[in-house]
Amino acid sequence: MFRYLLKRLWHTVYVVIGISAISFFFIHLSGDPVMLMLPGDASMQEVEHLRQKLGFNDPLYVQYWRFISKAVRGDFGESLYYHVPAMELILERLPASLELSFAAMFLALLVAVPIGIISAVYRGSALDMGSMLAALFGLSMPHFWLGIMFIMIFSVKLGWLPTSGRGTPAQLIMPAVALALGLMAMFARLTRSVMLEVLSLDYIRTARAKGLREFFVIGKHALKNALIPLVTVAGMQFGLLIGGTVIIETVFAWPGVGRLVVQAIFNRDYPLVQSIVLILALIFVAVNLLVDILYIYLDPRISYLEDE
Amino acid sequence: MTPNASSLYQYSVERLGPPLRLMADTIQEVARRSSALWGGIMLCIIFSTSLLFPLFYEVDPLAQDLLARFLPPVWLEGGSRSHLLGTDNLGRDVLARILYGSRISLSVGFSAVLLGEFVGIILGLVSGYYGGKLDSLIMRTADIFMAYPFMLLTISVIAVLGNSMFNLILVLGISDWVIYARTIRGSVLSLKEKEFVEAARAAGTRNLPIITRHILPNVISPLLVLGTLRVANIIIWESGLSFLGMGVPPPAPSWGRMLADGRLYISDAWWLVTLPGLAIMLTILSINLLGDGLRDALDPRLRNVSN
Repeated sequence: MFRYLLKRLWHTVYVVIGISAISFFFIHLSGDPVMLMLPGDASMQEVEHLRQKLGFNDPLYVQYWRFISKAVRGDFGESLYYHVPAMELILERLPASLELSFAAMFLALLVAVPIGIISAVYRGSALDMGSMLAALFGLSMPHFWLGIMFIMIFSVKLGWLPTSGRGTPAQLIMPAVALALGLMAMFARLTRSVMLEVLSLDYIRTARAKGLREFFVIGKHALKNALIPLVTVAGMQFGLLIGGTVIIETVFAWPGVGRLVVQAIFNRDYPLVQSIVLILALIFVAVNLLVDILYIYLDPRISYLEDE
Repeated sequence: MTPNASSLYQYSVERLGPPLRLMADTIQEVARRSSALWGGIMLCIIFSTSLLFPLFYEVDPLAQDLLARFLPPVWLEGGSRSHLLGTDNLGRDVLARILYGSRISLSVGFSAVLLGEFVGIILGLVSGYYGGKLDSLIMRTADIFMAYPFMLLTISVIAVLGNSMFNLILVLGISDWVIYARTIRGSVLSLKEKEFVEAARAAGTRNLPIITRHILPNVISPLLVLGTLRVANIIIWESGLSFLGMGVPPPAPSWGRMLADGRLYISDAWWLVTLPGLAIMLTILSINLLGDGLRDALDPRLRNVSN
């Protein structure tokens, strides 16, 4: 188990280093922020002076090292546009994005897992066909279009829900549902196919032969093994979700990290973009590490195998 | 003896060369599933419409007519026959714009997948076949790419390179290589232990011919399945980027941009935000139907991968 954990931790470390390097060098290809910070009629001397002062004239690896050594101490530099520490801006916006992602993920799992199980148990029934067809439609709609449709129907036509902003539960409903539907479709399909596979295994037949009630066979024996791929995919999707709320946050004027990063990119706000990407990647990696640790309980075989 | 239709079909299939016969068999196998058949037919219709629409619908998607702004679709009161699906805030024809937009979405979708597969095939083959340090380097890089927030990667690269169709294809294609490389590597790992590869090696075949002639043909079907399903994802991403203003630059009418523009007039002109979205949905739906059918027919093991 310890070797397994150690391996996972090492994996996390190199991924984080790799990501920080990629985002650092990328952003630095994107043009000169000094030009954006100074008025249009600034002289070459002033430009050169500011560059020197901010350290943009140093070799890239020196700048990268400076960035990293500050970052591990929690200092992600100052936003060139807002003139406050990048970390401060992110921490201010992150709760909104997390709230939206959690709500969407919770909603998706809450609906999708039971539907997937029922569809697998009653394979080929009208219910199964209907929900899988619905899932196919769910996968085929871009979530931001769904969001726009929701606004048109529930805000503009019916006047039931507010179009944008954050603060009340009513404002959370539409963006969360719009984000959740695609995930719901994905999870329902996944749960169904995994359950179908598990239900055909020998140990399920044994459990049934023992005379266990069907409810226990499915809810306890089968579901426990079906959870493994589901947890993997859900963990991965959750990590992606936080970075993937960019568009839906724009649609609903949701004050999260996604909107912040889009603005930062348009403003060429290097340090801010760098920090956001790094933080989101860190969250993704942390969630995946958590999933890996969860495996020790869900599927003991994995950690034993790696220890050998 | 008069051969009936089916034996004639069998006869003609048997006369084909092995690659063509495989293709005919695959098509037959896929077409047996009604949903896949419908998906395939719908996609064919979408493709041919996208290609041939100038022949029967000659309205310029960019022509503005300020006297005919916000015309509703023809079946509504106030609709006009010269603008079947109505007009937008500048009096441009919505149907023409949707038709033109299909070209953008389809070409970006398919080109990006081809590019991603090309990069993924090479790296996956090298990684799986040669193993060792090169393999771990490629796979560690793949891990890093997987953890990088994809949407942010594409957005920030587009912001650096500027938005053009070419850049869009480049970015979406290259950031997608990991999925293909991993799938191929997995297949190659099991294939290279197979007898026919051993035999080729024992006969003194060099590595390159083994890879191209013995291994590559065997990884085509998972690639085909995965690629089809990825086209759907890429098209959704492309419309998302266009929606944010980072897609194909204006005035080219892409579906995502139409949604972004139409959003401003949501209370007056429902068709501006509804119809381009329906176009995206129909396209994605038909690709997904076909992709699911391909997967069931060719490679049931992939069922848990993607989507």
